[in-house]
Amino acid sequence: MSENQPLSVEQRNKRTLKKLVIWAIAMFGFAFLMVPFYNVICDITGLNGKTSSTAATDAPAEVVEDRTVTVEFITQKGDGISGEFTSETKRVKVHPGEITLVHFYASNPTDSDMVTQSIPSVSPGIAARYLHKTQCFCFDQQTLAAGERKDMPMIFYLDPEIPSHINQFTLSYTIFDVTERVAGKNNSVAVN
Amino acid sequence: MSTAAATHDDHHDHHHAPTGLKRWLFSTNHKDIGTLYLWFSFAMFLVGGFMAMVIRAELLEPGMQFVDPEFFNQMTTVHGLVMVFGAVMPATVGLANWMIPLMIGAPDMALPRMNNWSFWILPFAFGILIFAVLMSAFGAGNPSAPNFGWTFYAPLSTKYGPASTDLFILSVHMMGISSIMGAINVVVTVFNMRAPGMTLMKMPLFVWTWLITAFLLIAVIPVLAGVVTMMLTDRHFGTSFFDAAGGGDPVLFQHVFWFFGHPEVYIMILPSFGIVSAIIPAFARKPLFGYASMVYATASIALLSFVVWAHHMFTVGMPLAGTLFFMYMTMLISVPTGVKVFNWVATMWRGSMTFELPMKWAIAFVILFTCGGLSGLMLAITPVDFQYHDTYFVVAHFHYVLVTGAIFSIFAAAYYWLPKWSGVMPSKLLGELHFWNSLISANLLFFPMHFVGLAGMPRRYADYALQFADYNFWISIGGFWFGLSQVIFLVVAVRCAMKKGEPAPAKPWEGAEGLEWEVPSPAPFHTFDTPPVVK
Ligand code: HEM
Ligand SMILES: [Cu+2]
Repeated sequence: MSENQPLSVEQRNKRTLKKLVIWAIAMFGFAFLMVPFYNVICDITGLNGKTSSTAATDAPAEVVEDRTVTVEFITQKGDGISGEFTSETKRVKVHPGEITLVHFYASNPTDSDMVTQSIPSVSPGIAARYLHKTQCFCFDQQTLAAGERKDMPMIFYLDPEIPSHINQFTLSYTIFDVTERVAGKNNSVAVN
Repeated sequence: MSTAAATHDDHHDHHHAPTGLKRWLFSTNHKDIGTLYLWFSFAMFLVGGFMAMVIRAELLEPGMQFVDPEFFNQMTTVHGLVMVFGAVMPATVGLANWMIPLMIGAPDMALPRMNNWSFWILPFAFGILIFAVLMSAFGAGNPSAPNFGWTFYAPLSTKYGPASTDLFILSVHMMGISSIMGAINVVVTVFNMRAPGMTLMKMPLFVWTWLITAFLLIAVIPVLAGVVTMMLTDRHFGTSFFDAAGGGDPVLFQHVFWFFGHPEVYIMILPSFGIVSAIIPAFARKPLFGYASMVYATASIALLSFVVWAHHMFTVGMPLAGTLFFMYMTMLISVPTGVKVFNWVATMWRGSMTFELPMKWAIAFVILFTCGGLSGLMLAITPVDFQYHDTYFVVAHFHYVLVTGAIFSIFAAAYYWLPKWSGVMPSKLLGELHFWNSLISANLLFFPMHFVGLAGMPRRYADYALQFADYNFWISIGGFWFGLSQVIFLVVAVRCAMKKGEPAPAKPWEGAEGLEWEVPSPAPFHTFDTPPVVK
């Protein structure tokens, strides 16, 4: 056994160790990279049923009179919402390309102002890509004054390209009270 | 010999083993650390097993008897966490510590000091988790222990998690650091410390499967660390990774978790593949059939395990193309798995088989693990998974692969190598009792779960509909029986530790092969200070 062989094993060990540590740290970073990655994939594919968070600007190319698609609306109350949150229309049959207006109502029965955020979700998720909203209360936070009942309109049309196997889908909104979050406080953790 | 021993001395100033507590606290010796890991994992197996007894006691009869539903949820959660991270994983790390240096002719693990750290973090990690349970059971006001299932889905674990979720996060971080350090040590050891002539393709399969496991660990445990870090910032620092109200997405949690979670299940089973690949040839007295194909099958299982994670979340509403992709990829994994099972059977084929204790456990492993693989295939079929998902059928599946799979193989390993570790043969009588009781009770415990699952009994509830009462009664009986049977192993292990039993020769199994049998039994504190020559 030559004199310097044990040393070289040690050096080799250090080198391998260094590589593996770097790899582990990179994988930790990768976990966080999955977040934007997921969002981009969802944007492109509509994988998680999220609709676009900005208003559609271009008008529909045409109205496809010989097709109708049923759109259903569901409302859910998230944390901190004690008042009303409903949609006037429960279901509507529309032609792709036809511009449709739906009213939602939210109320704040408490005695302080409340900032709310509504989160849309489409099921089956694949339909989200073909839903274009020109106006939606979900694009911005909505402030409900104490005791106010607010009319929140939503205007949408379906992409004329919507695949023929989508005959019906559901658009659900969940409304959250984000007053504290907006006030800069931490979204306090519920204990128990 | 003299040069090697001299250089060795320079690196380890406390060369001659100190005794008592200090020996164990400061040990950098791979055999001591392996022993610590093995005892620790067995202790965790008993702790997790006790929680399973609470679960089965509550489910013995319909209605609520012993614990309230909140505590029941804490039991299922911590049972899962303790068994996965505390029992199965550390047991395989313990086996790696003991056996890898012996198998490749190295004097020790490559990074002995880090080895000491990786072990000693663990008792603290689990101390924290178990502290949360003790507070819940006995503390003032009974603050809830983690109660969101071992998969800790958001928002259950973020917005709705109990205060102890933060203890859980700390604990998982510590377990993760321990695992990563252990894995790094294995890779460095296998890459740099092999005896001359021990080429990669001459390594015993246990070393191969552990090497690949170590790569999986280094790849996915940091992702687990990432996901619990996101939970922490969601809970306390105003981020919204998983909070829909702030623009996040709870489904994202499931993607990140299962990107870790599926490779994790292979982390638990690959070392088992290595164990039975050592034991079956020894008692069939034939070389392992298809050694090279075993190596490639293990590697392809590891690679494929990164692209199947969404089979745990078929019901979240993925597009059709996505579910099809994950369904086919999952089914594809059963091809290399099938290659392995085929090779084990082919090794036994026309062998001169004898059925000593390790072989009994190994054969039980092959049959029952395959049973779990088959229910896995059923679950992989997307449309039927809509029915099976979150039922006892899934519980049956993963207990077949983990209990009668991973844990049976760990027992096989223990009976196989205990003579080398302790210098005495484990008691045959007690070993037979342990095996037969475990075998019968485990099947009584887990097989009927398939039926109640198919009939629609959901998992993770403290109660069930009346039509499931008979099956659940027998499942619980099987559970208590299986739990008690493990006490027999405690006696076996303690007897070996106390050197009670027939003295073991250097090679107690006639057909066994490998460098570990060339050192005396018990293996001396230092082995292979001069590397052996591998032909
Ligand atoms: C042929 C191989 C396998 C296939 C096709 C397979 C497939 C599946 C599928 C589709 C699920 C999800 C079921 C559901 O939640 O609806 C599942 C769950 C699970 N599998 Fe496997 N599996 C295989 C092998 C294994 C192995 C080897 C292990 C571990 C050693 C394992 C451990 C688990 C665990 C722990 C779960 C449940 C996770 C949970 O929800 O708590 N599986 N398996
Ligand atoms: Cu999986």
